[in-house]
Order: sequence, then C-alpha cells, then structure tokens
Amino acid sequence: MVTDFSFIVAHYNYWAVVVLMTAGLYVVVARGNLIKKIVGLNLFQVSVFMLYISMGKVTGGTAPILTGKPEIFSNPLPHVLILTAIVVGVATTAIGLALAIRINEAYGSIEEDEILAADRAAEQQDACET
Amino acid sequence: MLVTALMIIRLRNLFSVVMLSGVFSLLSAGLFVTLDAVDVAFTEAAVGAGVATVLFLAALAFTGSVEKPPASQPYISVLIMTVLAALLIYGTMDMPPFGDASAPIHQHVAPEYIHGAKTQIGIPNIVSAILASYRGFDTLGETGVIFTAGIGVVLLLRAGVPSRRRGKGEAE
Amino acid sequence: MKHHIILRVGAKLLIPLIMLFALYVQFHGDYGPGGGFQAGVIFAAALILYGLVFGLGELSRVAPLPNVITLMAAGWLLYTGVGFAGLVMGGNYLDYNILWSNPMTGQHLGIFLVELGVGITVVATMLAIYQCFAIHQSNELADDEW
Repeated sequence: MVTDFSFIVAHYNYWAVVVLMTAGLYVVVARGNLIKKIVGLNLFQVSVFMLYISMGKVTGGTAPILTGKPEIFSNPLPHVLILTAIVVGVATTAIGLALAIRINEAYGSIEEDEILAADRAAEQQDACET
Repeated sequence: MLVTALMIIRLRNLFSVVMLSGVFSLLSAGLFVTLDAVDVAFTEAAVGAGVATVLFLAALAFTGSVEKPPASQPYISVLIMTVLAALLIYGTMDMPPFGDASAPIHQHVAPEYIHGAKTQIGIPNIVSAILASYRGFDTLGETGVIFTAGIGVVLLLRAGVPSRRRGKGEAE
Repeated sequence: MKHHIILRVGAKLLIPLIMLFALYVQFHGDYGPGGGFQAGVIFAAALILYGLVFGLGELSRVAPLPNVITLMAAGWLLYTGVGFAGLVMGGNYLDYNILWSNPMTGQHLGIFLVELGVGITVVATMLAIYQCFAIHQSNELADDEW
C-alpha cells in the first residue's frame, strides 16, 4: 500500500495532463462550432506544455537564473522548447480564427454540419448540371 | 483547472467559453511558476490570457455567439476518449518520477548549457542564453513562423489591399 | 469608447507605463525573466488597448498597417542579418563569438540584437493581426444595409 501511494505521488502529474489533454481533444472532436474547436485546441496545447514543464522540474530546484550562489536549477531546456511552442500556438490560433471568419462569410454559419450540408448540396447541384 | 476544462466543454455561450479559456491560461501560468518555469509563465500569461483572448473576442464579433446544441449524443467520442486516456496513462507508467534529479532528461545536455551560460556567454538568464545562442536556429525558424502567420492573416482578411475594398473609401 | 471618461483617463495613464514595462522586459531579459517574445506581446497589448479605447482611426494614424507589415519583415531581417554578419566576418552562420574581439562581448552583442529583432517582429505581427480583424469588421459593416 505504501509503494502504491508513492507511485501515485510520483506519477500524478502525468495523469492530470492526460485528463486535460483528452478533455481538449474531446472538444475538438465532438463539438461542431468552429470557434469552440479552436478553444479546445488551445486547451490541448496548454496541457502538452504542462507535460513538458513538469518533466523538467527538479525537486529542490529553483528557476534557471544564475544568481552567483551555487544551487540546483530546474532543467532550462524544456522551458526553451515550450516558449517557442506558446508563440507558435498563438500564431496558429490567429490563422485559425481568420479562416473561421472567412468561412462564416462564405457559408453563412460556423457550425460544421451546416457547412458540410451546404457543400454536399453544391456538389449535387454540380452533378445534376453536368 | 479541471473544473474550467469541464465548463468549457459544457457551456454553449461562446463568450463565456472564451473568457474561461483566458482563465485557464492564467491558471496554467500560475502552475508554471510553481514548477519553476518563470519565463514560460510570463509568456503564457501575456499570450494566452492577453492577446489570444482579444483575438477570440474580435472573431466572435463576426460570428454568432451561441453554439448550436449537438445533434446526437456523442457516446462514441466519449468512449474513444476514455480508451485513449487509458492507453496514455498506461504509457506513462514507466516515466521517471516527478521531480527526480537523476532522470535521463537532466543528465546529458542541460548541465553543459547551465555551465556554458556562466563561462562562455556570461548571461544570468539561462533560458535566454539557450534561446538566443545555443538554440539560435530554432528561434530563427520560430520568428519565421510568426512572420508567416502575420502574412497569412493579412492575406486572408485582405486588409492590406486597398484597391479591393468594396465600398469603403479611406480607413477611418 | 471615447466618451467613457474613466476608460479614457485610465488608458492615458496606463499605456505609457505598459510600453515602458515592455521595454524594460525586452532589455532586461538577460538578467531576469523576459526577452523578446514577452516584451513584444506586452508592447502590442499597449497598442491594442490604445486602439480599443480611442478607436481604430487613431490607431491607424499612429501605426498604419503598411508600416506595421514592413516592421514585421524588418525584425526578421535583423535576425537573419546578424547571422549573415557572422558569415561575413569569417565564422559560421549565427556565430556570435566573432562579432567582437572578445568572444563573450560578441555573445552579448549577438543576443541583444537577436532579441531586438524577435521583439520587433512579435509587436508588428500581433498589431497587424488585430488591425486586420478590426478593419475587416468595419469593411463588413459598411457593406450591409444595417
């Protein structure tokens, strides 16, 4: 029982990240509104960041800034990767939102099933005309 | 944070969903500070809770702000997500314990960078030293990605092309 | 939003402070948390606040969109230019050690210029994206018979 509890304490960060990741993925897959899908994608991205940052943490460490005193630092390499990933994530979000706005102008709605129905209707019309 | 994620799934008013995503980003920034990642927390708070929320609200001004209720109950999605979560949790069973200093991630390159930031570069902020000097090519590519995203948005929304603006003279 | 006096006065007080803080974060990013990305986003937030409170016309007067797009490219050009300077002076691409006679000073100079380039690009991109969204809206409203 003691071993099991220490196993949970050692791994609970990964499990929390997995739960948040699947929540974000569920929003992307199971909801039809385009803007909500993009919000779900953001949720997914933040949970992936938490995975990497929690992997880089060292118990008893501190922020990786040199102060002159010898001390243990948390690993700075995941911080660098995630810094890049955050900004790339906001760039992707901006492009996704611009695309959603254009889709709204072209189809009149941002619900996925209405857009697909409009596409199918247009295809049927093209097939009838040829 | 789990509560925030669940509310994002359930709510249909998109304005509330966007606000909750900003709250989620801010909470994750606080979590990053606890995990000693101060640079990352700074960026996540500024970008996720700041600029991203503004862009979402600007996009909401065009589209409607209420989501349609889902047509059919998404039981298959819930099942697939549960199976996926179980598989991922099974995959993390072998990962090194949380905060372990002898994990392989801390052994090879990181001590070199920490030592080199003091002796070769002389900059106290190790993350800036790695970002700009040791991994400078990554940052070059990332700046290129930001630039491309900006160009993409300008082209998509056709704001930089004055001759095609329909019915509007000067921008006021 | 111009006629809400609290917003107007508050924004006039805050926007210069936010810009100053952004410059502090940019140039002090070597000694504490900070750097190009964070500073760029904070500066863009100050300008977006100006655009929200005083109107898009005022923002376009201060930062017209074609100039902002030019700034976007100039920031990245600065970054690649530092890399080419390393090539020209005889080392590898993006080699900072030979930018100055003392390698450590060369590293400092290289990192300073590179973070400046990144900061400029991020400011310009965030501002351009916001302005595109806002200008598109004023276009769309002018078209419909609302």
